[in-house]
Amino acid sequence: MTDNLLEVRDLRLDIVSGKVSHNVVDNVSFSIGRGEAYGLVGESGCGKSITALSIIGLLRKPLAVTGGALNFNGRDLRGLSKRELRRLRGEKIAMIFQEPMTALNPLSPVGRQIAEMFVLHKGATWKEAEKLAIEALGNVQVPAPEERVKAYPHQMSGGMRQRVMIAIALACNPDLLIADEPTTALDVTVQAEILKLVKELCAARGTSVLMISHDLGVIANMCNRVGIMYAGRLVEERPVADLFLHPAHPYTDGLLKSLPHLGSRRLEGRKRLQEIEGTVPSIASFPPGCRFQPRCHRATSVCSAEIPPPSALNHDGFVKCFNHEQ
Amino acid sequence: MLQFVVRRILQVIPTIIAISLLIFVIFSVVPGSIATSLTANGKGGGDPKIVEKMTREFGLDQPLYVRFGSYLSDLARFDLGTSFRSRQPVAHLIGERMWPTLKLAFAAMAIAMFVGVPLGFIAALRPGSIIDTLTMIGAISGLSLPQFWLGLLGMYLFALTLGWLPSFGYGDGGPANLILPALTLGVAPMALLARTTRAAVLDVMSADFIRTARAKGMNGFRLVTWHVVRNVLVLIITTIGLQFGSMMGQAVVVEKLFSWPGLGSLLVDSVSLRDIPVVQGAILVIVLWFLLINTIVDILYAVIDPRISHG
Repeated sequence: MTDNLLEVRDLRLDIVSGKVSHNVVDNVSFSIGRGEAYGLVGESGCGKSITALSIIGLLRKPLAVTGGALNFNGRDLRGLSKRELRRLRGEKIAMIFQEPMTALNPLSPVGRQIAEMFVLHKGATWKEAEKLAIEALGNVQVPAPEERVKAYPHQMSGGMRQRVMIAIALACNPDLLIADEPTTALDVTVQAEILKLVKELCAARGTSVLMISHDLGVIANMCNRVGIMYAGRLVEERPVADLFLHPAHPYTDGLLKSLPHLGSRRLEGRKRLQEIEGTVPSIASFPPGCRFQPRCHRATSVCSAEIPPPSALNHDGFVKCFNHEQ
Repeated sequence: MLQFVVRRILQVIPTIIAISLLIFVIFSVVPGSIATSLTANGKGGGDPKIVEKMTREFGLDQPLYVRFGSYLSDLARFDLGTSFRSRQPVAHLIGERMWPTLKLAFAAMAIAMFVGVPLGFIAALRPGSIIDTLTMIGAISGLSLPQFWLGLLGMYLFALTLGWLPSFGYGDGGPANLILPALTLGVAPMALLARTTRAAVLDVMSADFIRTARAKGMNGFRLVTWHVVRNVLVLIITTIGLQFGSMMGQAVVVEKLFSWPGLGSLLVDSVSLRDIPVVQGAILVIVLWFLLINTIVDILYAVIDPRISHG
């Protein structure tokens, strides 16, 4: 296990305000190997984004890490001082966000925003950093980078801005890139380009990726392994191919069945898309036992009494369900 | 950028003409004239012959549009007219009073900026702290206390009780006489600036690009200097501009209170005498000042925020 770049063990995140605290992420464990792309999937509010923010140390109050361990490169991230954590951010762990429209400073040329990385982490002068920024912008396939460095974010399209974000994130060759729904705000064609770019650049540099998405298609395209989160818990983790062929958890099964398939109408006739009934429980009222149990068609009495432990699956991976499929 | 500046400056001209017309109309509607106010202390009942003679002499028997026309044509030649009362050129009268008022306004604005903006910043970077709470209590008090009351308190404390500063007057124009009036005039904009700055900083600190900056591994100082300051500046400059622009008008009360020989006290005296050329001149200068500051602010916006001049 020592060759893993990132190990998250029993991570617990709570919303703490005064004496009241609500659990948001419970007992999440996963690891990412060097050069591996790991996907974290779940619907909005299941805790995937804040799990990522806790790794890079950007959780804001009232959210707080209340348990578990975060090991990065063999160092315990929770034990690091603010200063040490700050050094790690950007240089070793980088992050790109969902909204390229607002993630860049509107009053600063993009070249300068890339150059900051070299000044901050490589001790470069502004002049050297400007040159490196042109190079970085070229690496993310922005045309005419020596012109574009002077552009302001409002003069660029969403796809171009996300390329700038990627250039910033990969500027210092980080070991881990966290991509939090990097293509959700983009057009489908641009999505594909951006994903391809991230995939190629990370593969070339051996950068590990933690890809967060609610889009199974994105994950299938990008990742080796995938973890499915539901209501703050990791319910299943599999190599990507196994997950799509043999989903074990009823929630994963429901997610896959709710996807439309090209050509299905010709094969099976006109059919309604299957849905997962009910809604995600709110943080304040998680059900006892398995948190998916109120919406689950396979639920039995044990499901509401006990939290399902992880059970190993054939090949690789685990599922947390008493009534899972093999 | 140059085009933007030129366009912005040309927009000022119609505003000036509209304002002068407005002043003209208002003073033709208000009862009484220089003739009545001079002959019977403004109470009326003076000798009708003298009143009539003076009215003719000052050209007040002419219709409004004729007077306005000649006023505008004089103005185009930078001639503000002659005071009815002192028979001196208005430009000269205003020129004499301009410098004390400018001195007062700049001093007050300097106090407001150099105290208000840093306080707002500190408060915003430590929200909920003791400094934040105290600053905001101070800001609300500073905004709510009337200037004349603050001025009187200052006079009582620093001039009468402690004897550190002169209580009123221009003196030799040195800083000792300036401190109390400038403080009195500066407190309200200072309080407003502290509040605006705090709100602007809090707003920017929660922006997505600040999260990006944190993810880059920036510390607090660099975060603020590289990404917060410029974004906050637009709002701060707006507030400074508005306050600075209206300061000449606000100075009227303070100048009266401290017997400061500025434009404000000239204006008040001339209004009660119906000395229309002086009133027109003084208001015109105050309006021009406001327009000047606003134009500078707009140009500064375009310098700070490229989205404005790009269009």
